[in-house]
Formats: sequence, structure tokens, C-alpha cells
Amino acid sequence: MKNILGVDLPERIEGVGPLRPYDGKRFGGTPFEAGLKAPVKETRKLLDSLEEAIRLSGLKDGMTISFHHHFRNGDYIVNMVVDKLAEMGFRDLAIAASSLSDCHAPLIGHIRNGVIRRIETSGMRGELANAVSNGLMDTPAVFRSHGGRAWAIANGSLKIDVAFLGVPSSDPAGNANGFSREGDNSTACGSLGYAMVDAHYAQKTILLTNNVVSYPNTPCQIPQTDVDYVVRVDEIGNPKGIASGATRFTTNPKELMIAEKTAAVMEASGYLKDGFSFQTGTGGASLAVTRFLRDKMLEEGITANFALGGITGAIVKLHEEGLIKKLLDVQDFDLDAVRSAQENPFHTVVSAHHYAGPGLEGSAVDSVDMVVLSALEIDTDFNVNVLTGSDGVIRGAIGGHPDTAAGSSLTIITAPLIRGRIPTILDRVNTVVTPGVSVDVLVTEAGVAVNPARRDLIGRLAAAGIETTPIEVLKERAEAVVGKPEPVEYGDKVVGVVTYRDGTVIDLIRNVK
Amino acid sequence: MALVRERLRRTMMFVPGNNPGLMRDAHIFGADSLMFDLEDSVKATEKDAARFLVYHALTTIDYGGVEKVVRVNPLSSGHGRADIEAMVKAGADVIRLPKSETAEDVVEADRLIGEFEEKYGLQKGSVGMMAAIESGLGIINAYEIASASPRLIGMAIGAEDYVADLKTTRSPEGFELSFARGMIINAARAAGIAALDTVYSDVNNEEGFKNEVRLIKQLGFDGKSVINPRQIRPVIEIYTPSEKEINHALGVIGAIREANEKGLGVIAYNGKMVDKPVVDRAERILMLAKAAGIPLAGTDGGGKE
Repeated sequence: MKNILGVDLPERIEGVGPLRPYDGKRFGGTPFEAGLKAPVKETRKLLDSLEEAIRLSGLKDGMTISFHHHFRNGDYIVNMVVDKLAEMGFRDLAIAASSLSDCHAPLIGHIRNGVIRRIETSGMRGELANAVSNGLMDTPAVFRSHGGRAWAIANGSLKIDVAFLGVPSSDPAGNANGFSREGDNSTACGSLGYAMVDAHYAQKTILLTNNVVSYPNTPCQIPQTDVDYVVRVDEIGNPKGIASGATRFTTNPKELMIAEKTAAVMEASGYLKDGFSFQTGTGGASLAVTRFLRDKMLEEGITANFALGGITGAIVKLHEEGLIKKLLDVQDFDLDAVRSAQENPFHTVVSAHHYAGPGLEGSAVDSVDMVVLSALEIDTDFNVNVLTGSDGVIRGAIGGHPDTAAGSSLTIITAPLIRGRIPTILDRVNTVVTPGVSVDVLVTEAGVAVNPARRDLIGRLAAAGIETTPIEVLKERAEAVVGKPEPVEYGDKVVGVVTYRDGTVIDLIRNVK
Repeated sequence: MALVRERLRRTMMFVPGNNPGLMRDAHIFGADSLMFDLEDSVKATEKDAARFLVYHALTTIDYGGVEKVVRVNPLSSGHGRADIEAMVKAGADVIRLPKSETAEDVVEADRLIGEFEEKYGLQKGSVGMMAAIESGLGIINAYEIASASPRLIGMAIGAEDYVADLKTTRSPEGFELSFARGMIINAARAAGIAALDTVYSDVNNEEGFKNEVRLIKQLGFDGKSVINPRQIRPVIEIYTPSEKEINHALGVIGAIREANEKGLGVIAYNGKMVDKPVVDRAERILMLAKAAGIPLAGTDGGGKE
């Protein structure tokens, strides 16, 4: 046979296999045409119509669409896209979001009218969560941790047909970032760590952006090779809901007390030494832990090799002071963190998979020494609930809780002993999100409890003069003040399936009565 | 339960009698005493509710070793009697009388407390009293007040009302309080009871607060009333003796022990005679050091309380 340029070719060559003769086309049978040459080629993927992008993506009824939650409660993308899908007449879609917030209450209407049939997410809040807990959906919602979701997407057990990803900047080819080096940067979110997984593994990836910037938008978090279409939209989110201003340190004496004890436990544990690594969260106590850690690091002249996770201004401050060498960033919580993600060379954005994937190949959480996490409830077996409230209603998110708890050498839970009139420590949490086997220490204002499995820690804390109390005793102390709450009354309908990192089911959430 | 006269009272934290959230765990912040307030922090229409709340807090919550003081309303207000009855029944350690102006105010409250001790089967004289002085007349009568009842364990100055009575305001330096503070500390020492300084209400001015604590410590006060848990640590830090003071105190106590063992009458340490004031001061320094969690070699216990 001959190719189009007249070169003689055998049908096959032993060891190489069958040969396909060059056909004079551009790629895969698509001809070279004027329409694919400059200047049109640069804008081939760039569309002004979401509807056109949806049509081109090949989305069909019953398919799975995905979203990220980097815009948190300021997100406009989920509602914008689902409204459009409803208008176009789609039905029975599954939403696989990295998480959902209060602002997504309009989904209730789309569930009722059959546009949305299933939800997968890390968490839910507000009216949507309340409706789901009251039995809104025929199919239960599936809850996954950030690492668990990334892993499920990567291994194909959660198949995404079309990802709709809002990005603060993209060039016409789809190189995208969580901030913009040109034009309006007010809707920046910093890291696009959750979205990176969707972009890479979805069958089709559609970016939505308010900032089409010049090619190439590099360095980039999402590369053009992961992107099928870029849709220009007026707005992607409300800056106020995306990232808060400078976070004020708490003046709440109870939170400060918990934070100080936590820092003391970290010091006594033996893990706080030169070259250590850690993750702290965004709550009042967690931010204060970072401040107390800073004091100890300065006092002892030690630095951390890295901090990871959701990054806050408190962590950025330590990085910029040279106390933390590198930041691994899957998500940013405030404007300082966003700025740092854009500016600092060793503030590295990582995908949710790189951050927290559960596979044996390992992810960043497996290398961290200490993590400080919160809890809505914890039980005497150290199982933790961060998903449902004391009334049994969904009101939170798994986030990276079980991922970091499993990976970290020392996992500390901080929580007040009592919230309002409700004790935090129970015989059994309403919903198990993180198994007690991966939790080492509980720090409350009323005392420190160590998981009995960590005998080494009990000894080290005692040696440092930190008194520990059995968790059962802390529970009794709370009950002595507020009594023992009546158990929540649930119905028979399963409204939520809570998965562990590897996709196994760790608990079920039933409807509330 | 017996009346505890002598104890550390570096910090006495105000707990408004209408704030259950604070009442629940007010004892965890390290205050030596808690002062549940039924008086100025509670509106007239909520007096009975606050009394009910504090009664149940005192009978439900284990406040550990923290001294439980309740500031009742003045007897003249019409709420005072009911407050005293409820708080004696609830097991308060100390009843704090506001706005004491004469010895008769104390005597009347003493009589009522005795009446209720008997009614609820408590050991006679087991409930303590504190008098707060908040007027010019009260300051003039300070010693009479301080010595008016064996129940009295201490007296305090309430500066806000006092400066208003003097027709002035509080200054950062506190010149306007110098006479009153002098009278209070003298009257208290003359009567053998504790002296507590007034509150510092600007919680965010830590430096100003510390300056005032240094001043009142130097004047001789046992401690200070605080309105926020954040004010506790600075007081403890300032009241914690230095290493030099502790070593000296340990030396004094050691010299006494040695002298006793050898049966010596006159005791000397570092070439200086050790007499009662020196011993008293050494004992107080060691008590303060121990309460601050400083391990003391060569003494009983040490370490944390």
C-alpha cells in the first residue's frame, strides 16, 4: 500500500505491528481546513454559549456531571449549569460535586422535577441538606472524602461524563488557574486542587470563566490537554463567599485554652522537631493552634518542612517568615492564602488525589506528622462525626477528615466538651465518618484524652506533665452538667451512604422524623 | 464544710448570674475564686431568674477546688434576703455584700446567714462573707466593717461606684483610688482578712491591666477581681515569685527545719535572723509558687495542684 505522499508501505512490520498510511488529514481523519488555521485555531474551544458547550459535550439523560467547591458558598456555577440543563430538558442526571453549600438550595427544585436523580458529594449544608435528611431523594446521597472521591474518579468507580468547572482564569485553549494574572482577579480562589481531578478524568471537561486571558496562561493548574471547551460567562461566583478577608485570631478564652493545650500535646508528643510537618484547619481553635505552634518554633529554633491541606493566612504567615519551607495546597480559605498561591514559588497547588488519595502509592497525607481536626461528635471509641448534627440532620462535610486522620502520625481532635446544651462525647456518634482507629488524641477545655491504643503517647504526655483523662470520664463530666441526650429518632429510609476513603461503606444516614 | 479563711485569692472572676454558658465551665480557666453576680449584671426584672440559675449551677456543677462566692443584692433592695437564703442553701462558700457602708450592714447580713445556716442544717459559721466597699462613707468605715463579723474572709473595693461618689472618674494611673486602696488594705490587714482590688474593665488593654496588677501587688493586695478569663494568666504571672525569691524562701524553711532538729532557739539564714515576718513571707511565696505549678524540690507535693 501507499500513503498519500506515495511512499510504499507493507501492511505490517514484525515487532511494530500493522501500519496506518498517512492520509493527508490533520488528526484522526479531520481534514486541514481554513477553519482550523489561525486565528480561528486559538479560539476553537472557546464558546460564548453554555448551551452550545453542553450540546457539543454529548451529555445525555442519566449521565453524571461534576462540579468543584472552590467557590464555597459564593459559587454561581452549580445553579447556573443545572438551571440551563433543566431548561434544555435534561433528566435523571447525577451530580458528583466535590462539595455543596447553603447556596445550592435551588437544587431542591431540580430534584423534585426530575432533572437531578442522584448526588455524590463530600457534604451538604442548609436547606438542601435539611431536605435530603427529610427524605427528599429516592436514591440516597453518596458521601465521599476528598481523597476518597479523587481515588474513585481515578479508578473509574465514579465515572464523570461531563465536568463543569468554574475557573478564575483560562486561556482560549483551556490552561486554567484559580487566580488571574490579567484583568479582574476579584473572584480568585487560589488552588483548583479538587477541580484538577475532574478535569483530568472526566470524559468531557467544560471550563466556565469570567477571565479569558492570553495564551499561554502558564504556569497553570489545569492544562489544556484536560479541557474540551472554555465558556465565557459574566460571573463565576461572589467574591465574598469565595474567600474571606484576613481571619482574626479568636479571643474566645475556651478556644484559646483548647488551642494552647493542643500545642502542648504536639510538643510533648515528640513529633514537634526540626523538619516536621503538619496540617491545621480553619476553626477558631485550629487557627490559634497555628499561632501557639509558631511561638514554640521560634522558641526552639525549629522549622517545618511542609504544611498541607486547606491553606489559611495563618499558615501563609509562617511560610513567609521562613518557618514552613513548603506548602501543599488543595484549597484556600482566605485572601492571604489566595495571594500566596499566586505569588510564592514553594506554595504548590496539588490535586485532591495528590493531597489525600488513599491508594498504596501514597499521597501527601501519608507523609504528614501531625494533623489537628475538629469534630461535631466523638464517641468513647474515638469515632468522629463531622457530617450530621446532634439532631441527625446533615449539616457538614467529610472533607479531608478521614484522609488526614489515616495518614498522619499523630491525629488530634479538638472540640468543646459541650456545645449549647449538647455533650460532644457520646457512647456512639450519630454518623461515623472517621474511624476511631485513626484518631489518637482528643483535646477539650476540660481535659485531654488519649486513644488507649496509643500507649506510647500516654507515656510521653505524662513525662511532659500533661495530665490525661479517660474519654469516658470526660463524657461523664459533660453529662454531669447537661445530662445525657435522648437518642435521635430516625425513620427507615436511607438518605445518605457514607463511604470510607477506599469506597467501602462506613455508615448510613437515615431520614429524620 | 467549714469556713476557709486563709487561701490564695489572686483572681476572683466575675460570672454574670444570667449567663448559663459561662457558668457551666467558669472554673476551668484557673481562677482561684468565682464570683457569681446577682447584683449589677442582672436586670431588676430578671433577679429571680438569675437566683434560680445560680442556685442550680452551684448544686449541679462540680467546681472543684475553686472558691464559690456569690454577690447578692443589697438587703435594702428587697432581693437581698431571698438571695442570701438561696445561696446559703446552695452551698456557696462566701456571700459577698455589695455597697457596704457601715458595720450594721455586715451585722445584719451575718445574722441572716446564721438564720439560714440553721434552717438548712449547715454548720454554724461555715458560710463566709466578703464586704465590698463602693463609697466614701464605706471607705471611712473600712476597719469597722472589716472587723464586724467573724464570717468575713475579705474585703474588696468597687471602684466604679466609688469614683462616681467622689465626683471623679478613673484614670489609667489610678491616683483617685490611692486613698481608698490604702484604707482597704490597712483595714483588711488590721482585721486579719484578705484584700481584693477592683476590676479593670478594658479587657483589650493588656499592658494597662498588668501595670495595675503590679501596683496592687506592691500595695499588698491578695489579688484582683477579673471580668474575663483572659485576665487570669497575667495576674498569676505577676503574683508568681521569682526564682530568687523561691530559693530564698526554701532556704528559710530549710533553716527552720534544721534549727528545730537541732533544738536551736534562734534561727539564722544567710547571716540574718529569721523571725516571724520572714517565715510568713517565705510560706506565702512557696504557696504562690506551688499554685503557679512550679515544682519545688525539698518540699511536700510541689508540681501541679
